[in-house]
Formats: sequence, structure tokens, C-alpha cells
Amino acid sequence: MSAKATTLKANKHVDLTGTSTGYKVFVVVVLILVTIFFLFPLYWIVTGSFKPILEITAREPVWFPQEPTLDNYTRLFENPAWRWLFNIVFISVMAMVLTCITASLAGYALAKKRFIGRAVLFTIIICAMALPKQVIVIPLNQLMTQFLHLNDTAWAVILPTVGWPFGVFLMKQFSETIPTEILEAARVDGAGEARTFLTVVLPMIKPGIGALAIFTFVNTWNDYFLQLVMLTSKEEWTLPLGIAKLQSEMSTDFGLIMAGAALASIPIIVVFIAFQKYFTQGIAMGAVKG
Amino acid sequence: MMKRFLALLLTLSLAFSLAACGGDSGETTTPPASSAGTEAGESAGDPVTITVASFNIGNFTEAGAWDSLITAFNEKYPNVTVEIMPVTYADGDQQLTGLITGGGSAIDVVFEGPERIISNYAKEGLLVSLDDLWEASGSDISAGIAEVSQLDGTYYMFPLAAAAHCMAINYEAFEAAGALQYIDEETRTWTTDDFVAACEALKAAMDAGTISMAETGIIYCGAQGGDQGTRALVNNLYSDYFVTDDGSSYNINSENNVKALTLLQDMVNDGTMGVSASYAAAEELQAFANGTCAMTFCWNYSNYTQYAEQAQFTPFAMAFPSDDGVPELEMAGPYGLCVFDTGDQARIDAAKAFVDFVCNDATYGVEAVKTTTFFPVHADWGDIYADAEDADIRAPFAQMSDYLGRYYTLTPGWVNQRTLWWQNLLQPIMTAGADVQSTADAYVEAANAGMAG
Amino acid sequence: MAQPTPAAAAGRKPRKPKSSHTSGMSRALVRRETISAYIFLLPSLLFFLLFVVAPMFICVFYSLFDYGLGGLGDFVGLDNYIRLFQDPIFHKGLINTIIIVVVAVPTVTAFSLWVSSAIYRMHAFPRSFFRCVFYLPVVTGSVAITVVWKWILDPYNGILNQLIGTDGYNWLGESRTALACIIVILFTTSIGQPIVLYTAALGNVDASIIEAAKVDGANKLQVFWKITWPSIMPTTLYVLVITTINSFQCFALIQLMTQGGPMNATMTIMYQVYYAAYRLYDLGYANAIGVILAIIIAIFSAVQFKLAKTD
Repeated sequence: MSAKATTLKANKHVDLTGTSTGYKVFVVVVLILVTIFFLFPLYWIVTGSFKPILEITAREPVWFPQEPTLDNYTRLFENPAWRWLFNIVFISVMAMVLTCITASLAGYALAKKRFIGRAVLFTIIICAMALPKQVIVIPLNQLMTQFLHLNDTAWAVILPTVGWPFGVFLMKQFSETIPTEILEAARVDGAGEARTFLTVVLPMIKPGIGALAIFTFVNTWNDYFLQLVMLTSKEEWTLPLGIAKLQSEMSTDFGLIMAGAALASIPIIVVFIAFQKYFTQGIAMGAVKG
Repeated sequence: MMKRFLALLLTLSLAFSLAACGGDSGETTTPPASSAGTEAGESAGDPVTITVASFNIGNFTEAGAWDSLITAFNEKYPNVTVEIMPVTYADGDQQLTGLITGGGSAIDVVFEGPERIISNYAKEGLLVSLDDLWEASGSDISAGIAEVSQLDGTYYMFPLAAAAHCMAINYEAFEAAGALQYIDEETRTWTTDDFVAACEALKAAMDAGTISMAETGIIYCGAQGGDQGTRALVNNLYSDYFVTDDGSSYNINSENNVKALTLLQDMVNDGTMGVSASYAAAEELQAFANGTCAMTFCWNYSNYTQYAEQAQFTPFAMAFPSDDGVPELEMAGPYGLCVFDTGDQARIDAAKAFVDFVCNDATYGVEAVKTTTFFPVHADWGDIYADAEDADIRAPFAQMSDYLGRYYTLTPGWVNQRTLWWQNLLQPIMTAGADVQSTADAYVEAANAGMAG
Repeated sequence: MAQPTPAAAAGRKPRKPKSSHTSGMSRALVRRETISAYIFLLPSLLFFLLFVVAPMFICVFYSLFDYGLGGLGDFVGLDNYIRLFQDPIFHKGLINTIIIVVVAVPTVTAFSLWVSSAIYRMHAFPRSFFRCVFYLPVVTGSVAITVVWKWILDPYNGILNQLIGTDGYNWLGESRTALACIIVILFTTSIGQPIVLYTAALGNVDASIIEAAKVDGANKLQVFWKITWPSIMPTTLYVLVITTINSFQCFALIQLMTQGGPMNATMTIMYQVYYAAYRLYDLGYANAIGVILAIIIAIFSAVQFKLAKTD
């Protein structure tokens, strides 16, 4: 094994063509092990959601529900779980749509317009891109409560998400692939800014918008912190927040929590597998020239 | 251009949010505008909405628990709409801090104990005086409870119910391990020696396979909630107090408290006691209910009702063990209500009327106390559970009230102390084997420093 | 609200001509371009200024005050910052944050590159199968993943202890293992996107150049460093950025699993901001921590970007 490990080290970043059979076997074994490691939590969520309390708390592993029960789901739906699901879908979709619109406009301008303040703006965006929302949450909460009166609504989560400049960065990277000649040709043809954007730029950055849409949707869905701080009443919670609240309240009632986790993850996983091609293509668009 | 866009944007967002929230008033009880109030002081005038943040005390776990109270209240005060916002001990601090610091006077009433109402909200000047309510209806409330409902001579909380925090054992497990001999089933007390002997018996039975459990008990120290349990355990073992007699210093580094911590540390080391730095009280209770451990340090009637269904055994309420066999328990509560100074007199009056109704109404006040599952603070109300079906289940919890000891939770620097209690005291001593005396000294120093701030 | 940036831009005006694109343009054209650019930027800037920049300034302002539940108190100058540098919990949080970033970012990048290079030449089915597997934890959602891991790691009812026979060992309750557990789980939720990105990027590397290099006698390592690595550089930059963001922002993991414990073993700076504000009601102090965190991250991002850009 140690000999193989050294082989791995030496060949770490090299493609597989022409490498030894031993290394190939090693790769497959590692991939299979890692696959099990990655799939297990999901398996555990789904099976756990059907286990009765005695199997949940068993001292020996219960690999599959011996006496499957829907009790966990019944208890889950004593909470407004459908409403929570609706809320998180609404928040993620709205954030996605608004981010795509604002970021594609801004990204195009940053990539293709030579304007005063461009360098400064881009630097600010780079610096703010990774800023955790924890940093500004206190003023943000006050802004939502006192000035916009949007506290405890989905918009208190959506609007700051749209404000985060990562999307602009992504669309700027993508818009740089648009050949400048095409834009100039459009201008020569007498197209105005708006028409150039809609008829020339937009079709060319469509795949990039797809990538951004997926990225924003998934990230907003997972942005537990903002939901935690902004949404206070039970009806306004999102499904991930609801599960987290159930967990802190019901502690180790894992059956109930797994039912919630299953409800939160299965729909999005089904969508992901169905549209896997578009997902991966879309994400891969992030790999365009930087 | 920009202004117009901003205005448009805001209008749009508002329209959207209204559309999103409109028509949904699940928790709101809007009273009919008829049946005008008749008593003096009732403003039958403009409609007022008040928001009540309700911690999960007893069975007040969701908004629905308040429905009958609010309906009755609205018969007297039809113009007041009461909105209930249930919060839990796990994240209530975060939610309320967000609402209070967010501005906009979002909260009118909080239902909790002095620990937050007096030490946090009253101290920060967020509350209005409830002296008038006390004047009118506080005469039959014990001096001890009256004392903790005020700050610098002004009443800020009106109490509703109280009880004693105790612990519980798994009766069948003790029986199987032959450990019942160590407890006094009559008085529900035991001495420190009995406690140690019982844990040794349980451990032996676990090792022999007589009982299938993972731990005798679990000293939970995962932060947030249930601190009273571990605190009472430590303080009782050698009959000491958590703060010094004059209240000027925390006292966990005293000779007897250090002795108690050392005993627990030894028990953890030899496996006769468990510890978990990833468990909070809720997890420990769940472990008790599952039969993972044989005792819980966080027990009261409300926990009994919550976990009774799950438990496949008899949870037997016990006082904390103490060297002289005379326990001193900490008070659960007194739970009561306070009124926030929203700057809007109509809301303040409505909130006060609500507090008065919930705490003092001869019919619905009793109802409210029963929902907490605890005991009324009004001595004049007598034994409200005398005719209850579960009177015999409640009896042991009533018995615990006889052992009530000192009340600590208004000591300055309490919030700071509470986080130190887990992170700087129990975790190092119980999980990392830190030296007890020096850890306790450091803890007291840090906790005392927090007294000033 | 939109004033600061154009104003800052105006200050830079004299130095602007160095840009090769604007130098050949007439002043009128520059002005026209600038106006049209800002119209395009407007919606985005509005959100950015209102919900990120303005709160950031307020945050700096608050950090100079004693601020509790009762509202803004006395002006204390830099006291909160001085306190910060003397606070052992902050030191611990800073070290933990650095450990998370320094361990997670290179591991995620290297491992995802290794997996991608192993799978990108595979047939379509196994390739999309593996991509799918590694991406699943991302779509499953951080909260769902966190709660299931909490169960797996539970000392008494968790499958891990039952499997490997470490009965009662408290993975999240022991300071030896708590942070490692957090990093491993963070790892599983972080590598999905990089693998998809690298698989695509490796597929785009011009195969003919690699063949040519091989014919010229270059060994595999040389091919990798001289040809593959430079051509996937933009992807690497992107992977570094998103992984860093992910690592800095692993809040759900910590809040739901350990709350910073045991003995602050998993305390991070971002969790401390939340902790100080919402558990200790110390808002001025929380804002001071936030400001320091923002500065660290801004520097980190800028340096990372510059390094990857000039490489």
C-alpha cells in the first residue's frame, strides 16, 4: 500500500492515460471509498426518517428500518413544513432572478466599458466578495426594521443576497469573452446601448447567466445565517431554518429531524439529477477565462 | 433617475411583501369590534396590537396555547389584538436581541423569568414600571418572589408561576442495579455518599450487563440552557452556595465547591459518571428518556409531560444529593411577564392590561398557571391542582418546593458567568482533567470581572 | 447613496490615462462610456451600496461605542479593539479560522483536481456519476448535512462509534477532534463545485499540445506543470475564491454542531461575531470583531486574486 501511496504522490496531477494498472486500480478503489463516504449521509437521512424512535436510539447499528414508520413525517407536518418549503423556494428563486438581472448588466459594463472609476470599483468588489454576512448583520437588521419595514419577511433575506457582489464578479469574468469587434459592429450598425445588450450581449452570456443562476439558487438555499437572523416568526421560516430550529428544540429526536432534512433535500436532489447536464454545464461556465 | 428607481424598487418590494404575507394571520386573533368594554380604564377606542414573546415555559410551547386566554381577554378588551411570538431557550436570546436592537419597538411583552426580564431588559432600561399592578394585586405574593421581580425598588415583572428545579432517576434501572437502597423514596432526598454508592452500583450493573445503559448520568456542558441543573448538583454535594453570602463574589472556588467539583471529576474519571461537552440539557433529557443514562439533572413537571410518552420506564423525581441530606433547590422561575417601553402609551396600557389579566384574573390566571404546569405565586389561590386527574404525579413536584433555597440569578454579570460556566469551568474540569482549584479560581476571577461590566 | 464610488472615481481621474483603452478615446467618448456604464451598473450598485457598503460603514461606527440591548451607549474610541486584542477567545477564534482556511482551501483544491484528473477521461456515464456524487452534498444543503452528521457523530446513538467500537467517544465534545470533524464535513460540502469546474477545464485543455510535448520527450510532471496547469489557472483562481468564501462562512456547521465549544475549540471569528452580539448582547464589541474580520478577508481576497492573476 505504501508503495502505491508514493506512486500516487508522484503522479498526483497527471492524467491517467498510459499510467500503470496498479495506479488505476488504486484510483478506482479510492473513488469508490470516497463515494460511499459521500453517499452515506444521504442514505442515513432517508432511512433515518422512516425509523421509529427505538431504532433511532438503538445501541447497535440499524442499517435499514426494521419497522418503517411515517410517524416522523406526521410529526414534521404538525409544523408548517409546506409553508417553509414554499418560503425557501420563493427566496431562492427571487434572489436568483434579481441577481441574474443586476449582475449581468453590471458584469457587462465592468468587462466591456472603459469608464472612470472602473479599477476602483472592481477592487472594491473583489474585496467585498468574500465578506461574511455576519459582519454587517446588526446594521442590516436595523435597516430592514426601521427604514424598509421588511423585517421578518422573505425580502429581508432576498435583498442583501442580491447585494453581494460575487455575481458581478462572475458575470464580469464571463462577459470578457465577448469579442469587442462584435460590439463595435453593432454600434456601427447604429444599435443603441440597450439594443446591443439585449440582442448581442445577452445571447452570448446566456450560459454564464445559467451558471450564476444555479450558483445563486444553491447558495441562497444554503445561506442559513441570514435566514436565522432575519426571519423571526414561525410562518416566515424556511425549511432549512425550520429543521435547524427543530434540532435545537428537540435535540436528539433524530427521526423527526431526518424527516425534515429529507423534505429539504430530496426535491432539490431530484431537480439536480434530472437537470444534471445543465447544472454541470452551467457551473463549468465558471471555468471560462479569468 | 436613481431616486425614481429607488422609489419604484421600494414600492415593488413592499407590494410583493404585502402580497406574500397578506391574508395570512394564523396567530392573530382579531376580536369583533362590538361588545364594548365596560370597566373603567379600558380604552374601548382605537385598535391596538401588542406582540407577546413567549418563551417555551411548561406547555406554552406554541401560539395556540394562548388562544383561550386571548379570547377571554378580548371579551374585556375588544380593541386589543394580541400576537404571540413563541421563542425557545435555544434561540430566544438571538431572536429577541435582533428584535430589540433592530429598533422599531417590535416587542410589547415578554414571558420569562427574572434572569432575563430583570437582569437584562430592566437593567438596560427597556421596561416600564409595574408598581401599580403590584400595588393592586401583589399582596399575597411571597417576599422572596417579590424581591426578584424588582430592580432598585421598582417592580418590572409581574410573576405568574414558580416551581423548583430538581433531578430524576430511572426507577427501574435503579431497582435492577440494587441502588434503590440509597434513596429515601419518602422525602425524595439522598446524601452525597448515597449518590456515589448508587452511581457505583449502576456502573457495576452496566458492566455486568444487568442494565443496558451507556452512562449513569451525563454532566452536560454543551452551552445554552439547563445551567441550573449542573449548578445545583455542584452546590448541593457539599452544601455550599454559588455566590457568597453578601452577593459580592461568585463562590465556586470555595473549599466545599472545589471538593464537590473534585468528586465529580473523580467520578467522571472512573466512569461512574458521564460527561458530554456536545450535549446541552435538552440532549441530556432526551438521553434520559431514551434510556441512554439513568438520571437527569434537569427535571420538572413540564419536562415530565414532554418526555413521559417516550420513556419506557418510571422517571422518579429526586432532590439533588447533599452531604447532610438536606437539599437546597433552585427556583424554576418565578415566570412572569414584563412590559416594554415602546413609547406608545396606548400599547403600553394594552400590554399592562394583558399582563394584569393573565396573572391576576381569578379564572384565566389559574388557567395560565396550569398551562405552565407549575405552581401559582398567589398564595390566596391555594392548591389549584387539588382536583386535577394527575394530582399524584404532581405531588412530588409540589414536595420539591419545600426544599427551595437561595436565588442567584439576579447576581450581576450573570449572562457572562453562564457562558464561562460551560466553557471555562465544567468543560476543562470534566472533559480535559484540568486542575480543579486553579480552574475554579480563574473562573471566579473572570465571572467577578463581569460583575462590573 | 450612490455618490461615494463615482466621487472616489473622480479623484482618480488624473491617473486614468494610463489605461490603454481610454487613452485613445476623446473626452466626450469617455464621458459617454462612463455614463452608459453607470446606467448598466446602477441596479447592482444600488443593492451593493444599500445592503453591503452602507451597513459596513455603520458597523465601523458602532464598533467605537459601548452598545448593549439598551441602545447606543458611550463613545469609547478604540476600547473595543483594544479589548479584542487582549481577548483569549478572539485569539483562539482567529487561530481556528486560519486553520480552517489553510487546511480546507488547499486540500479541497488539490483533492478536487486529483479526482477531476482521474475522472475526466472516463466514459460519460461514470464521469457524470462521480461528478454527481461529489456534488450531492452541495445540493443536499448545509443544514441537512449538518444535522445528519450530528447524528452520525453522536456519542451514544451515532453510527460512527457503533462501527469502530469507540463506545461513548464524543467526537464533537472533545477539543482534540471537534475542529477536525468540522473541517471534514466542510470538506464534503465544498468539493462538489471544484470537481465540476476542473473536469470541464481539463476537458478543454488542448490535447494536441500535450501530444506534441510528449513526442518531444516531456515526462508527465513536466506536461502537467508546463501545459495543463497554466491552462487551468483561471479555474484554479475561481476555485480558490469560492472555496475561501465557503470556508470563511461555515456558520451553520458551527452553530448547529458545537456552538464554538468545547472550550472554544471550534470558535471562529465569524461565530464570535454572532456569539458576542446575540448571546452576550455586546453589540459594540461584536461590530469591532466584524470590522477586523472584514479587513482580514478583504486583504486575503485581494492577495489571492493578485497572486493567481500574475502567476
